[in-house]
Amino acid sequence: MSSAVLTDSRWIARGADRSSFSRFLTWLAPWLALLALGVYAAFVCLYHGLNQTNMDNRFAFGLWIFLDLGIIALGAGAFFTGFLVYILKRAELQPILNTAVVMGFICYSGAVAILMIDVGQPLRAWFTFWHPNTHSMLTEVTFCISCYLLVLCLEYIPILLRNRQLRRLPSFLVFEHQLHKLVPVLAGIGTFLSFFHQGSLGGLYGVLRGRPFAFRHGFFIWPSTFFLFILSAIATGPSFLMLVTASVEKVTGKELVPQDVFRRLGFISGLLLAIYVAAKSIDTLIWLNFTSPAEGFAPWTYYIHKPFGTPVLFAEIVLFGLLPAFLLLYRKSAAHRGWLLGAATLACIGVLINRFVLTVQTLALPTLPFDDFLTYTPSWQEVASFGGVIAYGVIVYSLSYRYLPLFSQTKGESEHVSRG
Amino acid sequence: MSARYGMVIDLDRCTGCGACMLACAAENNVPSLPQASARTGLTPMLVRKISNGGEGSERREAFIPILCMHCEHETPCVHVCPQQAVEVDKATGIVMQMPQRCLGCRYCMTACPYHARYFNWWDPAWPKGMEKSLNPGVAVRMRGVVEKCNLCHARLHAAKEKAAAAGKREIDPADYIPACVEACPTAAIHFGNLADPRDPVSQQSHSPDAFRLLEHLDTQPKVYYKSKEPWVRALSEPNSGPSMEAKHV
Repeated sequence: MSSAVLTDSRWIARGADRSSFSRFLTWLAPWLALLALGVYAAFVCLYHGLNQTNMDNRFAFGLWIFLDLGIIALGAGAFFTGFLVYILKRAELQPILNTAVVMGFICYSGAVAILMIDVGQPLRAWFTFWHPNTHSMLTEVTFCISCYLLVLCLEYIPILLRNRQLRRLPSFLVFEHQLHKLVPVLAGIGTFLSFFHQGSLGGLYGVLRGRPFAFRHGFFIWPSTFFLFILSAIATGPSFLMLVTASVEKVTGKELVPQDVFRRLGFISGLLLAIYVAAKSIDTLIWLNFTSPAEGFAPWTYYIHKPFGTPVLFAEIVLFGLLPAFLLLYRKSAAHRGWLLGAATLACIGVLINRFVLTVQTLALPTLPFDDFLTYTPSWQEVASFGGVIAYGVIVYSLSYRYLPLFSQTKGESEHVSRG
Repeated sequence: MSARYGMVIDLDRCTGCGACMLACAAENNVPSLPQASARTGLTPMLVRKISNGGEGSERREAFIPILCMHCEHETPCVHVCPQQAVEVDKATGIVMQMPQRCLGCRYCMTACPYHARYFNWWDPAWPKGMEKSLNPGVAVRMRGVVEKCNLCHARLHAAKEKAAAAGKREIDPADYIPACVEACPTAAIHFGNLADPRDPVSQQSHSPDAFRLLEHLDTQPKVYYKSKEPWVRALSEPNSGPSMEAKHV
């Protein structure tokens, strides 16, 4: 055993099998380098201003908003798993709960960090709480995401305090114990907040009367995209959770959760995805035949600009929607791990295409009769910041996996079983 | 009585000289940004050249000044701003932008179908010595906030102060004229109170030659355009033709 292993072995749960410290640092090194580049790019944008990006007056939203919408959708596995375990009492999903919380924390904190770079005056972020416009979907998003990130922190702290060394401090132990009792309540609050902000993110675009490609009618004050975003997020969140867990299993060479959990997540994801695809198809037909013509825009004009032709619509609904839903629900394919994970990958790509179409295609399309179809290529600063968030996620997850009992119900992963 | 200030721009008179753009920039302390491109510059008043897409003798061209349309109904930018940095002044109908409260999220720019909102991508700067010519009545906007045409609100303030000093409740219409209207050498831009049926601008807005951009969106812009050319009036239809061409002047 090398001396490096000794440096952190006392922080690792007794009995848990982890790689040597030096090997762990070697794994972290490229991610730390990417994170450093991302932090530098973010600094450049904050110091010199958003002229460092390739956004402009027409393409006022770019890669970062797409990233935010994408990772918040994929991070929905956190609240939805909490909802299934604590509210619907699906105890069989308990083994995946801790990793879901960590994933949610990473996705939401990463999204908030990017948002703070994306706004022109980040120091005025508190104005939204002080002068809120209650008619704005962005106000709802800001309130719910801020509150939910706080909830995720409170859910993450008990996991953090179960670290072998931190547990030695009696006050931490008591605090963790008390906080743990609150977790079901936090799961309920998180579910409420998440349903709203996932929907509001969809509403952000659905309410844009001036962007007929995105504008939708709906129910009460909410456009249909409000409900479609909730559905697509809770459909793909479990798939993403499956993919992350499978990736960790691949990297570590261990079976971390029972296969039944994967199949259960796959079924839930498939069922919700099928409902989403049906709802999305109906919504698209209504939009094509009624909403858009009523705004004065012939729907065919949206699809004459390459590469955003009808194949993108087909890919979004059929190839990355209907197909994975079928694969996740069909008994034979769902029983095969490869097909299951493949279908989960398709589902996650599908939700990313949906967010891309709504954020990027909406802005690229002309509205005025003498406007042009526009293109936008992100600058290196935007891409590097994007990469920095991914690196941040990998690092936080790696540290959490190494030092915290993420899969405490799996044999050999912790010295004690989670009280969960 | 509440006013509804608006414009009627006669496109048949517009020569595309750009005097309105310069007057707007000078009046409103719009900075000089040589590093800006056509898509990152600050042009609260932007003249665009349009054509019918025809060739040879069939080709027709015109110029169309684009500015904030001061939408009356479900004003797209007002509804989306998360911190009430945009509002419609009920007394004037002017859509007001408050840069001091703006977060710079640019959601309003995304919402505006007329692309009449501009982000300050850079710190404001002027060539050496030119800062002495800044208008003291208009605050300079900082980097990271959105701005747009506010119908030369500083001039409205000045007109109100003048009226108050004279002991009057209402301003003299002759005292409140936006810079672009004043500068236009062909008198193509007309400004007035759309709520007053006796106002010539209100009367022109009802002319058969008058139209508004993207009428179907029902945002009810207070900027009208006027032309005797049917192909120009077709601009009120969003799909008036993939053949329509445009470029900035």
